[in-house]
Amino acid sequence: MMHYERWPRYSIALYTLARKEVVRFFRIWSQTLVPSIVSMALYFAIFGKLIGQRVGEMGGQSYINYIVPGLIMMSVITNAYANVVSSFFGSKFQRNIEEMLVAPMPSALIMWGYLIGGTLRGLIVGMLVYFVANLFTQLPIQYTGMMISVAILTAFLFSLMGLLNGIFAKKFDDINIVPTFVLTPLTYLGGVFYSVELLPHFWQKLTHLNPIFYVVNAFRYGMSGYSDISIYSGLGVILGFILVFYLLVWFCFEKRSDGSF
Amino acid sequence: MTLALEITGLKKVYKSGVEALRGIDLQVEAGSFFGLLGPNGAGKSTSIAIISSLIQKTSGQVNIFGVNLDEDRDKAKTFLGLVPQEFNFNQFEKVSDILINQAGYYGLSRRQAMPKVEYYLHKLGLFKKRKATARDLSGGMKRRLMIARALVHEPKMLILDEPTAGVDIEIRRDMWHFLKEINAQGVTIILTTHYLEEAEHLCRQLAIIDHGEIIANTSVKELLVKLDKEQVILDLKSPLLKMPDIPSIKLQKIDDCTLEVTFNKHLVMNDLFALLSKEGIQVISMRNKSNRLEELFLQLVGNKSHDAL
Repeated sequence: MMHYERWPRYSIALYTLARKEVVRFFRIWSQTLVPSIVSMALYFAIFGKLIGQRVGEMGGQSYINYIVPGLIMMSVITNAYANVVSSFFGSKFQRNIEEMLVAPMPSALIMWGYLIGGTLRGLIVGMLVYFVANLFTQLPIQYTGMMISVAILTAFLFSLMGLLNGIFAKKFDDINIVPTFVLTPLTYLGGVFYSVELLPHFWQKLTHLNPIFYVVNAFRYGMSGYSDISIYSGLGVILGFILVFYLLVWFCFEKRSDGSF
Repeated sequence: MTLALEITGLKKVYKSGVEALRGIDLQVEAGSFFGLLGPNGAGKSTSIAIISSLIQKTSGQVNIFGVNLDEDRDKAKTFLGLVPQEFNFNQFEKVSDILINQAGYYGLSRRQAMPKVEYYLHKLGLFKKRKATARDLSGGMKRRLMIARALVHEPKMLILDEPTAGVDIEIRRDMWHFLKEINAQGVTIILTTHYLEEAEHLCRQLAIIDHGEIIANTSVKELLVKLDKEQVILDLKSPLLKMPDIPSIKLQKIDDCTLEVTFNKHLVMNDLFALLSKEGIQVISMRNKSNRLEELFLQLVGNKSHDAL
């Protein structure tokens, strides 16, 4: 049964949840916003400028312009994921998740609070990295709408993944396993630094199983108009992953039992 | 009679197989100060966690101010404020932010919440610490912060799970005073405590829970009537050199000039003094031993354990 009269209360609750998340990552900006900018600036300088000049063109553009979309996406992915997994696990660890669980809020609202926080951090860091990239090269923008949509969807998708990791994490080690052993390798192998056309046929096919490959290509298409795959298949994969992970996370929230996740 | 809380046949079996609640029934009248007592592991915290939706029940019904938890959990939650046993706020957040956020979860905008936040910060002596991070507060302040947080949305029922554990006597007395004050304003209070003196001092109604079952549920007065023994402390005029043997009373020396006397509550006090006087004991002053409820509690819980054996 829908209680429409409760929506004003829910909207204030959602605003509170999201604001809390945003205040959190701004409060610890030196841990949340700055590191990606520093490391990406180093990527642009070393791989883009120094080594890139010797590499020559890739995908019909300079090497630095080729890697910038992937590196922006890498920042969006890692920051969206890290924000949600660490904030949610922190709430579990300190048990302040109970503040939310005893309050009259549907589970989906609590989920969205974390997801908005993670998505915003991913987007803010992505924008900052974009500005830094402009210091190193002249960046084209072919399809602004596509770029923004892909960035938002990607940040949202990896916030969902971070939340799922946070739900299952029992100790601090558990929140680092996925980023270190899954996310980073998939990002590096997802066509950030090279076009998959350079790979042997088998490895090209294998790369198509990597969701980050679709994210990077869709975003690169928005910036330069170049993509290794059909842009529609890229968007379809992102939306499909969002649906699957959303349902998984929602199920965990709804069916949680005995106090904790 | 309006019921703030009505529990029927509440059962909880954890995944481990532990049967924490074995079908308890409980009724708490609106406006009352209700004590839920029991030894460790009796089922107090499980009951509270179910009422406040932190864990799921196995079976049974819970109604909060007439709203069934299964039918409209969201509405039932609006009536509740919870002070859990352990600190469960974000240690890195500012004191005022903790309260503002909690009010927000209940649908109060920052502007609506601010006067309430300031009121409760003043009321609980935390106003000067409003900008401090929670981890910098003392233990007593943290306890008070949890009470302020539970009250900021002005619930009709406040549940406190051992709120004075580990706080000094002065703070405990201040908390008692404050809790009595908000109860007088109409807030129903459910309190679990290990300090039976606290329950005796604050609660009008009591339930004792043991091994997942309610073994007593009545008013404090009626419960104390069940005590067939009375205990008093006597201060003596001169040191007691030899302990006399009086058949109908039990004497225990606390120090040379202080005596604990246990006697049947039907014994008339004049007779008690006559017996003492006959033995040459002169009493300067007399006071009740404060833990009468503790005696009864041990009797009830002890009997239950004995029955189980």
